[in-house]
Amino acid sequence: MKAKTAVDIAGLKLKNPVLTASGTVGFGEEYAPYLDLSGLGALVVKTVTLKPRAGNPPPRITETPAGVINAVGLQNPGVEALVADILPRLARFDVPVIVSIAGETAGEYARLAGRLDGVPGIAALEVNISCPNVKAGGIAFGTEPAMTAEVVRLVKENTALPVIAKLSPNVTDIRIIALAAAGAGADALSLINTLSAMVIDVERRRPLLGNVFGGLSGPAVRPVAVRAVWQAYRAVEVPLIGMGGIMAARDALEFILAGARAVAVGTANLVDPGAAAAVAAGLEQYLAEQGIGDVNELVGAAHRTGG
Amino acid sequence: MTCITDAKVISHRRVAAGCRRLVLAAPDIARAVKPGQFLHVRCDGGTHAGYPRGAPTRGTHVSGLGWVGSADLLLRRPLSVYDADRERGTVTILYRVVGRGTALLAEKRTGGRVNVLGPLGRGFEPPGYPRGVPTWGTHVSGSGWVGHRRVAIVGGGLGVAPLFFLARELSAGVSEDARPDPTRPDPLGVPALAGRVPRAGAPGGYPRVPARPAVAVFQGARTAPELDLADFSVLPVDLFTATDDGSRGYAGSVVELFLDTVCHEPVDWVSAAGPPGMLRALAGALQTLGLPGEFSLEERMGCGIGACVCCSCRIGTPERWEYRRVCADGPVFPAREVVWE
Ligand SMILES: Cc1cc2nc3c(=O)[nH]c(=O)nc-3n(C[C@H](O)[C@H](O)[C@H](O)COP(=O)(O)OP(=O)(O)OC[C@H]3O[C@@H](n4cnc5c(N)ncnc54)[C@H](O)[C@@H]3O)c2cc1C
Ligand SMILES: Cc1cc2nc3c(=O)[nH]c(=O)nc-3n(C[C@H](O)[C@H](O)[C@H](O)COP(=O)(O)O)c2cc1C
Ligand code: FES
Repeated sequence: MKAKTAVDIAGLKLKNPVLTASGTVGFGEEYAPYLDLSGLGALVVKTVTLKPRAGNPPPRITETPAGVINAVGLQNPGVEALVADILPRLARFDVPVIVSIAGETAGEYARLAGRLDGVPGIAALEVNISCPNVKAGGIAFGTEPAMTAEVVRLVKENTALPVIAKLSPNVTDIRIIALAAAGAGADALSLINTLSAMVIDVERRRPLLGNVFGGLSGPAVRPVAVRAVWQAYRAVEVPLIGMGGIMAARDALEFILAGARAVAVGTANLVDPGAAAAVAAGLEQYLAEQGIGDVNELVGAAHRTGG
Repeated sequence: MTCITDAKVISHRRVAAGCRRLVLAAPDIARAVKPGQFLHVRCDGGTHAGYPRGAPTRGTHVSGLGWVGSADLLLRRPLSVYDADRERGTVTILYRVVGRGTALLAEKRTGGRVNVLGPLGRGFEPPGYPRGVPTWGTHVSGSGWVGHRRVAIVGGGLGVAPLFFLARELSAGVSEDARPDPTRPDPLGVPALAGRVPRAGAPGGYPRVPARPAVAVFQGARTAPELDLADFSVLPVDLFTATDDGSRGYAGSVVELFLDTVCHEPVDWVSAAGPPGMLRALAGALQTLGLPGEFSLEERMGCGIGACVCCSCRIGTPERWEYRRVCADGPVFPAREVVWE
């Protein structure tokens, strides 16, 4: 018998727990030739802002041991282009679309939420309060419990859509931020965004990335991310979406066992554009091999057997 | 149509110090690829885990759960297509070992597999090419030439990698015999560089219409052995070489050689690739000469397919530019639109 893979996140029924992580597949279209988007639990698209953003000077990406540092700087065409051009094109892919938003002020988050409320083709909002690559806003909101709560509350007030808060690992205690977001009404939490990081080009004796700092992702951050999910699972009741270095189904299982009801694949998409589908297929195979009838049985299971 | 495939290594040999040529069996890519396009290469031995279309390719994954490949070399490496053989279904890559990725690639043995994604990007498009390939430069419209009669291809160092394919395609059809011999009238009327054949509008009228443009290749390198990276000498092109140390050809930069040469042997279009310093100098030269052209740019990449916007370069004018994606909007851009830092 085929195991049940459907999960419920913030009232959304997803056919399986595998999502794309914001920013790693753009708006999905470029990936369609390599990845069956309709086979995903949901497509989380690149973070959009009120106005188009040019992004940071190059170089924007570099590889580090078992990881990648990026400093794209939220380059995006802006919310109006999303609504007018992109969302209508995504309709044909038959996949729930989660729109990621970021503002420079709490008011901008509110306006973005208001603008997107009622727009067809959006399943949920992911509130990016954790981008380390922009000077104003972004991560600033995600490192202060009061500001986290303020942004989440404003977004909730301005939308009828489920609201997912995306948390930063660059904090002293992620439980405090998780509690603040959940307390302000977040329907689910995504964690983690990238870790603030940098590389110095020794030949040129200067920072390698155009933006100096970037965000570390990939297998190098996975243990940090699993720990964050584990802690958040114990701190809050809302469903968690775990991400950070998921390259294959085994990695996704770590997150699920730590308490994530869904997972997102990010950096792996850059390496293999079919990675998210492989993770979903691998999860199914694991459930079948282990005789587990429903993936939900595994959510947080490691808390019950250890720790 | 791009595809992702575990291509078999047909041959892999050293061509100069630290440089190798890798021939891969990839029929779909060989059929589709155009000069200037690139492949996004997994150097770690990893294979494709997902599915391009149809069923997931299980078996490439350890029981579907593990990652096939190294966690310690993640990103693909963009490498230009040096040449493609449509009949044999092979593509060739010419690369220099500069870091961990290319060092791992250098270890691939004949018969092994390399996972490649491609062909990617927008390649060289001298006017009339590739849409107008068969009629390239053969039209004399009422007002003048359609297409360009004399194309200069300028490459520095490894920049020659994407240029060989272009030179071969452009010069294809001009057989060795048809190569202009300055001592006798050219039967096909293929003009070599000006000075040997009357120029359009020169006394004596138009030369006979060439079947293809004349191609002049300007190749620069640090030292003579590096000039042997590419086989331009087997092509029916006019080859001009420069080395920094003067060990072969012109002693100096390829841009100086280009300038010296085109002063008395003009060209109509320039396709170029090479280190940023060389391209920048060439951009200045083209501006001075009022010549149009196109440059192939390099930037660090993530996805390679236009989604992650990691590979930005500045395109426009110094006052008004925007970031464009090297992988999808390029790697080849109009020379005068590249904004240098
Ligand atoms: C469109 C395009 C075509 C190219 N074609 C060729 C070619 O035909 N032959 C060839 O030898 N080289 C080519 N390059 C450069 C080649 O991609 C780099 O030399 C290679 O990525 C270095 O990888 P590494 O792991 O050995 O070096 P490392 O320095 O260890 O690489 C670290 C990271 O930086 C990136 N990187 C380093 N140098 C470059 C560079 N110059 N351009 C882009 N990314 C870089 C790598 O991809 C990797 O992500 C091309 C680059 C681009 C963008
Ligand atoms: C190139 C790149 C771009 C990203 N852009 C965004 C973004 O726009 N918004 C966002 O919330 N997270 C962004 N992220 C972070 C990812 O969504 C994810 O949280 C993080 O990379 C950890 O997962 P991973 O290790 O699987 O990549 C980006 C990551 C990468 C590598
Ligand atoms: S490398 Fe991802 S957009 Fe160019």
